[in-house]
Amino acid sequence: MSEASTLPRYSYADLPSLMTLMTGDEKHDLASESTLDVIWVLYDRVLVPSDRFYLSKGHGPMAYYAVLTAKGYIEADELPRFGQFDSLLGLHPDRNLVPGAEISSGSLGHGLPLAVGTTLGLRALGLTGDRVFVLTGDGELDEGSGHEAIAFAGRAGLEGLTCVVVDNASASHGWPGGIETRFAAEGWSTARADGRDHAALEAALTAPHPGRPHAVVAAIDPA
Amino acid sequence: MDTMRERFARVTAELLDSDPRLAVVLADISADMFRHARKRHPARVVNLGIREQLLISVAGGMALTGLRPIAHTFASFLVERPFEQIKLDLNHQAGSGGAVLVSSGASFDYSGAGRTHQSPGDVVLLGTLPGWSVHVPGHPDEAEHLLRSAAAAEGLVYLRLSALVNAAPLAQGDGFTVLRRGTRASVIAVGPLADAVIAATAGLDVTVLYAPTIRPFDRQALRATLTAPVVVLAEPYLAGTSVPEVAAALADVPHRVLGLGVAREELRRYGTPQQHQAAHGLDAASLRQRIAAFAGVQGGWQRAGAGQDAGLRPRQR
Repeated sequence: MSEASTLPRYSYADLPSLMTLMTGDEKHDLASESTLDVIWVLYDRVLVPSDRFYLSKGHGPMAYYAVLTAKGYIEADELPRFGQFDSLLGLHPDRNLVPGAEISSGSLGHGLPLAVGTTLGLRALGLTGDRVFVLTGDGELDEGSGHEAIAFAGRAGLEGLTCVVVDNASASHGWPGGIETRFAAEGWSTARADGRDHAALEAALTAPHPGRPHAVVAAIDPA
Repeated sequence: MDTMRERFARVTAELLDSDPRLAVVLADISADMFRHARKRHPARVVNLGIREQLLISVAGGMALTGLRPIAHTFASFLVERPFEQIKLDLNHQAGSGGAVLVSSGASFDYSGAGRTHQSPGDVVLLGTLPGWSVHVPGHPDEAEHLLRSAAAAEGLVYLRLSALVNAAPLAQGDGFTVLRRGTRASVIAVGPLADAVIAATAGLDVTVLYAPTIRPFDRQALRATLTAPVVVLAEPYLAGTSVPEVAAALADVPHRVLGLGVAREELRRYGTPQQHQAAHGLDAASLRQRIAAFAGVQGGWQRAGAGQDAGLRPRQR
């Protein structure tokens, strides 16, 4: 995380009004809401400046932009320009444009593999206290690239890596037994929490997982 | 003489000892060649198994920490298979120091392995993305020099190693080197095709430029040495790959350009790399015939039955 600026801060209660400042593709609305609480909990209660947060599920970034605004990265004045030609805020985030965004995303299946590389890089640099959090979804995990990353990270014991899976049952063919079983089979520590329950999310995200990467499934009722 | 791939492994192991910023990412291919380096630097030599999408993404993720990753496998699995990872996780993320991709296998080093292990399209694919330096060394010494520069630099670098080599190194720099001066045409010989082009142009009144680096394209050298607006490219990958570069270099000059290289059609043949080179008309006799005809110069020793005329046409299903 880069340090936030001195811009004004907003509370959780302000997030809906920050989101209404943005006008976007309606198709992104539901995905946007599914990530709102877990991104808020990460930025409000979990992440410290030496951590990295990679939003892999770049669809529906309005919740992300709202949280980044609330935490002083993005100016609220930028929000109404969402999606416009010269806006910093696209329908998928670009790390070269969005203050505070640490990867560019949009095409599914890139964030978790990138996060594996960053965790390996931090380990090689001796920065083992620096953690990497990546947010993906049950639908995004249809992509095979995620499973290359899950298998390798488990076997490599990447303790610095936490993968948050927002599970709103959007994968067309589902994940019988729960998406977390795919992580557990590869040696990850796993936890499941109500994706709207801040205390439960915080507990799941901060559970110790010595010697192993950690997967947190944030369950959201399908709309 | 060692191969380019052996030289790559040896020099990279040495660079890992001296440069703490370097890391090597592998997908099983050549993992044995890095066994000792991996023992010395277990955190900076990572073998991911047979996972090529992850290979590129891990390089991208490492680059975001400030490391300079070198990712390596066969060209077909390094560039063609995970091309979107290259576009997004190396190019589009930006803001990092970039990465080095080192391939082996080239267009038909594994001639007996068939189409799956042949990658004539890698250079033109990378040409669709901004910012890539593309090196096509023709000798292990050139490969070593280019590898050392790439490791020490920033940015996105592709180093295309090949089993086909010239008898001796022909250049130490990045730009084009003049091998022969003439007046009727300029022939640009890329990497391992240089010896065949030198043999093909013996006694012909043409300039021969040697290019171990094809991106950025040395437009200045082409213009500075041009005596007639007739240019022939001899590239050891997809024919015509650098024709747009010549067109851009000579945009203000009426000119003719011929792009020789590997044909787009599948050959569906096995055998040796030399047989594939001849089948694509890239052996010395075929090159001489095609260069002389295009440049309108007397070719001399035309050998009937060479190259395409030897009956090595693409096999129909």
